[in-house]
Amino acid sequence: MSRIIPICFSDIAPERHAVFEHQGIPAGRAVPAQIGALFTTAVDLLNEIAVPVGILADISIAEFEEVYQGEGRNEPQTPVADILPLADDLALFAATLGERVSREITDRFKSGDLAVGAMLDAAASVAADNLAQAMQDHFCQALSENGRMDPSTGVLRYSPGYCGWHISGQRRLFEDLHPEQIGITLRDSFLMQPLKSVSGVLIAGPKQIHDFEDTYPFCAQCKMHNCRERIRSLLSR
Amino acid sequence: MLAEISRNLINGDGEEVAALTGRALGEGITARRILDEGLIGGMTVVGDRFKAHEIFLPDVLMAAKAMYAGMDVLRPRLVRDGVPSRGRVVLGTVQGDLHDIGKNLVGIMLRGAGFEIIDLGNDVAPQRFVEAAREHDARIIGMSALLTTTMPAMSKVVDLVKQEGLGAKVRIIIGGAPVSEEFAQRIGADAYGFDSAKAVDLVKNLMSEPGHEAAS
Repeated sequence: MSRIIPICFSDIAPERHAVFEHQGIPAGRAVPAQIGALFTTAVDLLNEIAVPVGILADISIAEFEEVYQGEGRNEPQTPVADILPLADDLALFAATLGERVSREITDRFKSGDLAVGAMLDAAASVAADNLAQAMQDHFCQALSENGRMDPSTGVLRYSPGYCGWHISGQRRLFEDLHPEQIGITLRDSFLMQPLKSVSGVLIAGPKQIHDFEDTYPFCAQCKMHNCRERIRSLLSR
Repeated sequence: MLAEISRNLINGDGEEVAALTGRALGEGITARRILDEGLIGGMTVVGDRFKAHEIFLPDVLMAAKAMYAGMDVLRPRLVRDGVPSRGRVVLGTVQGDLHDIGKNLVGIMLRGAGFEIIDLGNDVAPQRFVEAAREHDARIIGMSALLTTTMPAMSKVVDLVKQEGLGAKVRIIIGGAPVSEEFAQRIGADAYGFDSAKAVDLVKNLMSEPGHEAAS
């Protein structure tokens, strides 16, 4: 059974340093007042136009194995496939900032308001990541309330298109979760609309199950490796 | 006067750039010189500082907006004087893909360098790239993709350019997060640009090849 979760903007407001990093400004670098003002404008605008909302659905390991198989295009060995047999609880999730955000970014570029458009895009991207975290936090809270969480439990999220889970996996995920209930649709290219949307699976189990090395064959093509920080953060809690 | 235009452009002061551009025209400075030495000159400094990580994307975009303010004043005179651009570039995000920030940034940087951009937007069918290149006598097609599932469309455009007899005239540059140098070589694209600053250098190099100079 899925449940729709309204999210407060204050819970996902993008952090200044994260937005600046998204724009290529290194952490700790002093920025001119003009750029600081751009950030404020972008976040105020985002607060005004974003309608953050998520959808969550508990799923059994057996059911998720079918979802994960999808169209059979995953890499032969993946972190999710290795983690799944060791997991305790799972939930499918999707969330979005809403269509108006994407339209506003496009309009700003079209009207020549380039710096605001780009800053808004960066702020929205960070907010979308925070939205995924908010869904994870909500799942953790639900597990706690049901006595399914203790200090040794760790929850991480995994999404189609990353870590060997082929992006075509979105189709089966959508068939199970029905995120169209919150306004997210899937194109034939497996692109979600609105663009500032996130989806995936939340996996709960002993923290150690999420501790994998980025030495899978496909890791060599990855440009981000932000799994490292997520795992480090989880294990240090 | 031209140095003042450049300085104000670098500082992102569009109002001052527009005012100084008008004043420069009034003083009889040619549109060509204002464009090359004032506006493009300023954006070249911005581009160099961006590549050197002395300034960052917001600075570049504020400068670009200032340049556009100057161009709005200058454009009628450029048309009247028949001043050509450095070349025409067709840009677009490939079919099935709606991500366009990267493509937009490349377009902004290329305009700043004096190129004329025909921006087809996003979700562009392969044939449309080729039609636009032919229609506008463009020398470069630039394509962006942010999904692995949409990258094959780039290969279709490369094949179409050859099939339609434009291979000797049109060069293809590709970019986007999942795209790589290896992929570019595999599909027969001419160049891979991993960021907007690199894309400008690549376009300049491709455009300077014999036979690929700007159409007048």
